[in-house]
Amino acid sequence: MSPPVLFSRGRVIDPRNYVDSVRDVLVRDGVIAEVSEAPLSVPGAQVVEAQGHWVLPGFIDLHVHLREPGEEGKETILTGCQAAVAGGFTGVVAMPNTKLVNDSSLVTELVLSRARAANLCHVYPAGAITKGLKGEEMAEMGELVSAGCVCITDDGRPVMNAGLMRRALQYARLFDLPVMVHEEDLTLSGKGAMTEGPTATRLGLLPIPPSAEVAMVARDLVLLEETGGRLHIAHVSCEGSVRLLREAKRRGLHVTSEVTPHHFTLDDAAVGEYDTHAKMNPPLRLRRDVEALREALADGTIEAIATDHAPHGVLDKQVEFDKGINGVVGLETALGLTLALVHEGVLSARRAVEVLTDGPAKAFGLPGGHLKPGAPADIALVDPEAKWTVDAGRFFSKSRNTPFHGRSLKGRVVQTWVGGRCVFDAGQIKESR
Amino acid sequence: MRHLLGIEGWRREEIEALLDRAEAHLPGGSASSSVLQGRVVANVFFEDSTRTRTSFEMAAKTLGAEVLNWTAQGSSISKGETLLDTVRNIEATGPVALVIRHRSSGAPHLAARHVRCAVINAGDGTHEHPSQALLDAFTLRRRWGALDGRTVLIVGDILHSRVARSNILCMKALGARVVVCGPPTLLPVGIQQLGTEVAMHLDPVLPQADAVMCLRLQTERQSESFFPSTREFSRLYGLNAQRASKMKEGALVMHPGPINRGVELAPAVADGARSVILEQVANGVAVRRAILEVCV
Ligand SMILES: [Zn+2]
Repeated sequence: MSPPVLFSRGRVIDPRNYVDSVRDVLVRDGVIAEVSEAPLSVPGAQVVEAQGHWVLPGFIDLHVHLREPGEEGKETILTGCQAAVAGGFTGVVAMPNTKLVNDSSLVTELVLSRARAANLCHVYPAGAITKGLKGEEMAEMGELVSAGCVCITDDGRPVMNAGLMRRALQYARLFDLPVMVHEEDLTLSGKGAMTEGPTATRLGLLPIPPSAEVAMVARDLVLLEETGGRLHIAHVSCEGSVRLLREAKRRGLHVTSEVTPHHFTLDDAAVGEYDTHAKMNPPLRLRRDVEALREALADGTIEAIATDHAPHGVLDKQVEFDKGINGVVGLETALGLTLALVHEGVLSARRAVEVLTDGPAKAFGLPGGHLKPGAPADIALVDPEAKWTVDAGRFFSKSRNTPFHGRSLKGRVVQTWVGGRCVFDAGQIKESR
Repeated sequence: MRHLLGIEGWRREEIEALLDRAEAHLPGGSASSSVLQGRVVANVFFEDSTRTRTSFEMAAKTLGAEVLNWTAQGSSISKGETLLDTVRNIEATGPVALVIRHRSSGAPHLAARHVRCAVINAGDGTHEHPSQALLDAFTLRRRWGALDGRTVLIVGDILHSRVARSNILCMKALGARVVVCGPPTLLPVGIQQLGTEVAMHLDPVLPQADAVMCLRLQTERQSESFFPSTREFSRLYGLNAQRASKMKEGALVMHPGPINRGVELAPAVADGARSVILEQVANGVAVRRAILEVCV
């Protein structure tokens, strides 16, 4: 039995429970035992001096690609979990577009067993909507749910068949399961390589108009209104989508959404001279879209930050821009980029924490995301003032594909605790023994 | 050594200096024909273009260089070799310049980041075709003395045209007014930010032009529904004899070739008194000699 742990005198920010003040947090047997305004004195407790630090619920990422099974050269469940805890994440939702698609309990069980072996953070598998992500036949949703999937998605691709999408939303009600959608009308995005606008025109790259996303958001909101159920829109990237989401929520539809740090930080100019590190799907949009996403995070239209952590090898990126693979790694830079919004006055500290913790937890009904006594002791200890420079060479992720290499950030994860155990401390992964 | 990746980034003085050099490279000009003696220039053509390749080859050879012609056909590209593998391997044979033609926008930029010799863009995707723009500007300058205050009208598929992008930048830099004209499906968003005006209808702007540059229409764009038919395109944007008669007196007709005769340009106009199309081809070699000289 490990001794109790006392986080002493840190600024505890726990949006779900309306806490934002200096408190002591006591952890016993892997769960939160007490959160106290008065200093606690607990004989035999391991004390974590948290003065000047933030004591936060562990972050939850609704959208990561762990690449295992099938592309272990890019990432494994182990290295992905290492990257997660190094970034303060204690729970991640693993996308099913692995090379053995997670469209059956067999793959779900494999993911879960590798996650247990890694023994670092919670891995929540997402199952496919359609068999093989082909967009043709529904995968066995009931089987996926009983094996442990927390949502279904064909992420990486849209479900172009509207009739099938409608039935997936209807059928998912049977399990109260969120249906996560990658919104892209392929007939509109076509052969496009970056967002439509002056940069694409200057670089001679074929454009992807925002309507490729917005039109599909509109379609799926219309379907949701008819079917009921729960819709979650992945990586929202443009102003038009935000507008539709705001209106849908006002009318009470059960829709949630997420935005990635790269979409709320960078605009299309980041493509520079054909930098494939700035190539992702959806593409980086225009400045006004970035502004709209920030506003939507602040006003509650978007409830979660998700990284869409997408590891790729050097050779996938060192090619012609139109042939470059989409995606960026994100777990280890998410907090710093989110806090940049706090430093810029876009988000309050409380709201920034909320969209990393409570927002995603509630969207998918996951445990954690808050620090009420009885909750799992999943904690991120953050130094909000620590200045550091992103060095992709030092990522725990197996891959280095980030457009943020060399960027100065303020705010860093000092420790990450999962179930009352310290799994990341002062830049090191703590092996479990 | 410097690269020629695009007209973007070149200042007016640099362009003019290059065109001045090209004058000296015209037949009977004063330029030395041995500056590349004993050196190798590699033509690296991932995409076919006999015209551009031949023109660069002539330019290099008449400067005394050896020319290594590499084409993607039957090469290791089809066996999965990457662009960088290819250019590094060719660079290892010791050329002073790589003249690169590629289907992907930005391919020469990628190559330039990884090789030490000069990289000359001979057309990349839908991005730029700088040597074409320079020879077009050279042709107009020889006719007019200067481009200042002149109006150049570029007609057709602007969206997919590297010739259009390079020409807009080049003509603007030299003081011309540039107007692009085509159906809305073929006008890229934000093209005005390159400094051009935009027109959808040809007939109202045609009489303003001192030169009309017709772009080659890729007929496969019809199957992608950028326009309903070549017949309709030709009716709306084709430069036929009747339209040409509405042009300003002395206005010129240009085309980067090869021409779809009867589609973007009527044969009578292509071969008529206004046409400077063959001058463009002839000037191409002198301009490319100047480019090699400046870059190497
Ligand atoms: Zn996606």
